[in-house]
Formats: sequence, structure tokens, C-alpha cells
Amino acid sequence: MDVLGNYKSVISARSTDKDILKKSQDGGIITTLFAYALEEGIIDGAIVAGPSDEPWRPEPMVATTKAELLAAAGTRYTISPNLYLIKEVTRSYGFDRVGIVGTPCQIQATRKAQVYPIGLRDVDDKIALALGIFCMENLSYQALEAIVEDHCNQKMESVKKMDIGKGKFTVYTERGAVSQMPPKLIHKYVQPGCHVCLDYVANLADISSGSVGSPDGWSTVFVRSLKGNEVWEGALAAGLFETKPIDQVKPGLDLVKKLATEKITKNQKHVDERKTVGIRADGTPKGLRNPYESP
Amino acid sequence: MAEKITIGELHLSGCTGCLVTIADNYEGLFKLLDDYADLVYALTLVDTRHVPEMDVCLVEGSCCLNDELSIEELKEAREKSKVLVAYGACAAYGNITRFCRGGQWNQPGHEAFVPISEIVDVDLYLPSCPPCPQMVRNIAVMAYLLLKGNDEQKALATAYLTPLMQLAKRGDTACGCDLMYDVINQGLCMGCGTCAGTCPVRAVTMEYGKPNVNRDQCIKCGACYSQCPRSWFNFDVMNNYEGIINAIKGAMQ
Ligand SMILES: Cc1cc2nc3c(=O)[nH]c(=O)nc-3n(C[C@H](O)[C@H](O)[C@H](O)COP(=O)(O)OP(=O)(O)OC[C@H]3O[C@@H](n4cnc5c(N)ncnc54)[C@H](O)[C@@H]3O)c2cc1C
Ligand code: SF4
Ligand code: SF4
Ligand code: SF4
Repeated sequence: MDVLGNYKSVISARSTDKDILKKSQDGGIITTLFAYALEEGIIDGAIVAGPSDEPWRPEPMVATTKAELLAAAGTRYTISPNLYLIKEVTRSYGFDRVGIVGTPCQIQATRKAQVYPIGLRDVDDKIALALGIFCMENLSYQALEAIVEDHCNQKMESVKKMDIGKGKFTVYTERGAVSQMPPKLIHKYVQPGCHVCLDYVANLADISSGSVGSPDGWSTVFVRSLKGNEVWEGALAAGLFETKPIDQVKPGLDLVKKLATEKITKNQKHVDERKTVGIRADGTPKGLRNPYESP
Repeated sequence: MAEKITIGELHLSGCTGCLVTIADNYEGLFKLLDDYADLVYALTLVDTRHVPEMDVCLVEGSCCLNDELSIEELKEAREKSKVLVAYGACAAYGNITRFCRGGQWNQPGHEAFVPISEIVDVDLYLPSCPPCPQMVRNIAVMAYLLLKGNDEQKALATAYLTPLMQLAKRGDTACGCDLMYDVINQGLCMGCGTCAGTCPVRAVTMEYGKPNVNRDQCIKCGACYSQCPRSWFNFDVMNNYEGIINAIKGAMQ
């Protein structure tokens, strides 16, 4: 499969909703689509990365209103185990149509839950909209804390926004300070599970989106499935997005492709190297598990 | 429509939850029985006393070593079925029966229970307590395609069933600890939360994005491990999720 996955269309877009743009990470694609899907009855609610009692530590949350979606908007560069609520949402909440947002790995988990519903009873047909966000790597909370507090010299609670782009990790504080560090310093903090990850742009989502490829404040949007296409066309018809053809924006699809290729090549190499990490007494290689080969 | 396959359920030391799960497909069960599979053996559902020949035998429950009849029936089922499935956590991993210490009315001597693979070869595992009705449906449809389909359908069914056959080869233990040993300790976990969402007894919590297993609470059902996208993930099948979901949906219409 292509590094960008299967898709029906790709476009650069931005929400027309000013409230959403104020809180969202990039073009507000995810929050706008969920708000639209709620309004239209396409979903009963969505699993998103909500706030928690610690600054910048997300906690999976079921949003059923636009206000709740807004509270969860923006990117937290640490793990939000969104699939944790995947069964709960059909039980305690009793939803028949569930929205979920996730990193590429979380969308993979969602699709595995649908194709092989081994322990997730009555969930497979209730996933109504799976939205993916591009992802190069993710961090544990303590790693994020070390980066923000030790490398960038800012208190977690004073940070207004964090962003990775243009070769920098940037934190913006409430009082207007901007601290930056080169992303290559982040490498040693990346959670090990990300090194075997072979997806950058959430290939298996209905619609996936990220900042890379589009100008500041805009997002690159891949429309991937039939379901995704229906929702996207509906949202466009309702005037919820401004759009530009992807071949007319800078830096464009080539950069998305370049980064996706880099990630997948590097991580495929890591997966391969795991085969020969160790050595047996007879001199032959002794390897670690490969989850893509067998359990 | 090609001729149907034959399916049976052999009931050993289980709680009957797995059997009920088959029925939990509701109208889907009638569709399966109308078009794809004849149920030739099953407690309370089929009036047959002795284990017959069958294509697929779903074995529910672990095997009690104090019960000669269980051992005999299990061996007979192995001899008479083309595909033997450890259906549910007790058959696959022992599950809650691992903790049984006899003293139960009306068989107080029954206290030694093993997963069925300790007695016979098993072709395919379907873990979880109980497995999901949708997964029983998927396996029934895929088994039908494997045994009666054209070449393309056979290939699809083989790809789909392969990880479940590999699970059968992996061994007869799985519990929350396997997440630790085979996923987290192996540097594979990325904190999606599926394991915690899956656990039927809520033994898994997520602490700072990583699973923590309450080992006293874990019943060894293997659901968390088999549902985890980093225990196994077959791109060839999952990349075609839309096609597969539609194929199964189409088969059930
Ligand atoms: C760890 C991480 C790494 C990323 N790396 C890249 C990258 O390399 N290139 C790129 O272009 N984009 C990357 N993104 C995506 C980008 O930051 C935005 O999330 C995306 O563009 C969506 O912006 P938006 O304005 O459309 O969404 P918004 O309207 O702001 O909504 C974002 C949604 O994502 C959810 N969310 C936030 N944090 C998390 C999280 N940690 N886990 C799961 N869900 C979460 C929120 O709850 C919200 O629903 C990354 C995101 C994360 C979480
Ligand atoms: S790099 Fe891959 S495994 Fe890591 S968080 Fe992103 S999508 Fe998940
Ligand atoms: S399901 Fe697997 S990858 Fe996801 S959090 Fe649990 S152990 Fe980690
Ligand atoms: S932790 Fe839960 S899901 Fe995992 S094996 Fe134990 S009981 Fe089953």
C-alpha cells in the first residue's frame, strides 16, 4: 500500500467556525466534523481526548455537546488511551453511533476491534465515524514534562499551546513567551511502541487530518472511506469549511509524502532490526517479537 | 448456494455463556443456520446424544481431568471434526476454571481443569469470556468460505483465520500479564487503551497511558491480549477492513 494509504480525495481546509478555530490545533477539522456529525445525528457522541486534573495530560472522554468537543480540542503530545472507552460508550452511554478520534495506531485498534471483535461485544457496527490525526511519534506524560520544563524552561500549567512544525517543537505560554527546541532532542523521549509504527497519516480512518502540507492555521485532509466521503461532502455543503486544492498550497502533498516515507522507512528498519537484536549460543541471531508476523 | 458446513458445540467445563453467545446473534443465527451451517451437535439446542462427524467443532469449557467422560468426548470430537476451535477463554486458557478447587455440588471431586490443548491438538483459538457473538458469526462465515468457497474466498478466509490459528500455536496461557511480557516489555505498547476497554472484569486500568493489571482480579480470559493491536496486526486483512466488513454484512443479508 502507498505510504499515504487509500484515499478518495485530499484537500487543504479550514473551519469557518471562529469559536472552533480559537481552540483547535490547526484547521479545526476534527472538532468541526464531530460537531456536524452530532448535529446531523450521524453520531450520538464522540470519544475525544478530554482535559484531566493535570495540565496537558489528556483523559479519554465522551463528548456529546459542542462545548465538550471544544474543551477537548487542540493537541496534547502525550498518550490519551481513547480506545479505553470503546465498550463503555455502547454500555453506560448506550450509544448506537459512536465517533472516535485517534492517532494512526488508535485507528488501527479501532479497525481491529471491528474486523476481529474478540472481546468487544456489540461494538463493531456502532463505530459510525473514525477520524484520524497524523502522528510522527508520541510521548509519555513524564517525557512531555521533561521536554517542556527542563528543555523549554516553562511550567506545564503556564503553557497555552504546543506545536511541532517547521523543524521545531514550540511551546507558547499564556503570558506570550515562546520557547523552542529541535525535535531531534525529543527522539530519546519517544515511547518505544512508536518505533514499530508503520502509519503516519491514519490510513485506516474514515477521514484523517494533520497540519503538515498546508499553510499555518490550515489542515491537510484525506477523505478515505465511503462513510468519510458522505460526511465530508455533507459538511462542505453545509458551508462548514473553506477549502483550497492541495496542489495550490505550500508546502503541499510532497512534504506529507516525504515525512510519511521517512517515518515508515525508519520504523520498518527498526522492525527488521528487532529480528537480530540478540545472539544465540550457536552464533545465530535471537530476536524480539514482531507483531506483524504472529501473536 | 453451495452445500452448508456442519458445526457443533461440545460442552465441557464451562458456564454455558459461550453457548448462549451463539444464540446472541439473534436473527443472524437463523441466517447462519439457513444458509451456511447446520448445527449438528449442541447442548439443549440439538437432540443428538453422541458426538457426530462435523466440519467445525466449537469446544466450550476446559477439560476436567477427574471426569473421564470429558476426556473421552474431547478426544472423540478431535477425531471427528475437521477444524477444532477452543471456543472461549476456558477452552483456550482455562480462564476462571484455573481457580476451581472442587467442592462443588454435585461433583465435589472435580478440581483439576486444563485448557483443551493439553489433551488434544487445537486448530484455532477464539478467546475472551465470553467471545463476542459477532466473532462467532465472522468465524462461521469464514469457515464456510474456507471449506466451500471459490479460490478467492478461500484466500480471504485463510488470511482472516491465520492469526487465530497462530494464537492456538502460541500456547495455552494468556492473561493480563501477557500484555506486560509480550507487549509492554517487548517495547510494543503505544497506549491505545484497547486492553482496558476490553477486559470483562475491569482488571486493567490505564496509568499515564499504559496498562496496569490487577493480577488478583484477572481471570485469565486472554481477551486483552488477543484484542491488543500490538499482540498481532495483519495489514493484509486490516487494510481491507471496509471490504471485509461489507463481505460479512453481505453474507448476513
Ligand atoms: C502525538 C501527536 C503527534 C502528532 N504529530 C503530527 C505530525 O507529525 N504532523 C501533523 O501534521 N500532525 C500531527 N498531529 C496532529 C495535529 O497535531 C492535530 O491533532 C491535527 O492536525 C488536528 O487538528 P485540528 O485543528 O483539525 O483538530 P482539533 O479540532 O484541534 O481536534 C483535535 C482532536 O484530537 C484529539 N486529541 C488531542 N490530543 C490527542 C492525543 N494525544 N491522542 C488522541 N487524540 C488526541 C482532541 O481531543 C480533539 O478531538 C499529531 C497529534 C498528536 C496527538
Ligand atoms: S507514532 Fe504511531 S504508535 Fe506512536 S502514537 Fe503515533 S500513531 Fe501511535
Ligand atoms: S491494547 Fe496493547 S497497545 Fe493498546 S494499551 Fe493495551 S497493551 Fe498497549
Ligand atoms: S486482564 Fe482482563 S481481559 Fe486480560 S486476561 Fe485478565 S481478565 Fe481477561
